Amino acid sequence: MEKTIAGKTITVNEEGYLTNFSQWDRSVAEELAKEAELTLTPRHWDVIAYLQDEHKKDSPLSIRKVGKSGVVDIKEFYALFPNAPLKTATKIAGIPKPASCI
Amino acid sequence: MSENNGKIKKMMIILSKATLENVYAAFVLANGARMEGIEAEMFCTFFGLEAIHKKKMEHLHVATVGNPAMHIPTMIGGLPGMESLATYMMKKEMDKVDMPGVGEFLEILVASGVKIWACKLAMDMFHYEKDDLIEDVSDVITVGDFYHKSQGEGVHMLFI
Repeated sequence: MEKTIAGKTITVNEEGYLTNFSQWDRSVAEELAKEAELTLTPRHWDVIAYLQDEHKKDSPLSIRKVGKSGVVDIKEFYALFPNAPLKTATKIAGIPKPASCI
Repeated sequence: MSENNGKIKKMMIILSKATLENVYAAFVLANGARMEGIEAEMFCTFFGLEAIHKKKMEHLHVATVGNPAMHIPTMIGGLPGMESLATYMMKKEMDKVDMPGVGEFLEILVASGVKIWACKLAMDMFHYEKDDLIEDVSDVITVGDFYHKSQGEGVHMLFI
């Protein structure tokens, strides 16, 4: 479905995840963060860039993996994105929701 | 289901067993809750204390006897070394799906905000001291304390 955000029209799935990454930009991310009641700091952007990189490499994401990334540890990841960090951060990053149980 | 619109706010997981499959079930459920933005606490009682016991936690086994899903005849499952062999094989499979070991999994849980409690009665019964347990255990509490911590809307309790 289509959604207008930050003056742009983007396509999202029923859970609100972007279906076309080329429609993502920083202003879209900022708006999506606002919907999640978050204000993005440089640390958030570090994590977002890491998640996007991993997604580009087709490498499956999990909490454990993010914790071992060297970019952020698990405690800080939860502090940055307190409510469901992996789900929220990937949504803001414009990439699909990881199907991970760990 | 009308309470709080059925929304799960917190999972209180009671771990009473030390077989590897049960310990992992509790860990995965607690971690999975946090990943969904649900609070989680774990109360370790009886054999569940082994999962947070410094000297025992890395030596947990899968049960090869009394476990029909292992598809090993009980008499063979009871032979010396069978539990170790089955555990070794299972850990190899767990590694393939990116499942951490018990110690690392506990670290992930604590970093994710899961609170871990130890049961006072079981501690007394097994003659364990708080120092025998990992430092991340918040406290040794009674069953009554645990019930008090479980109060509130949208709190669910699970016994493993």
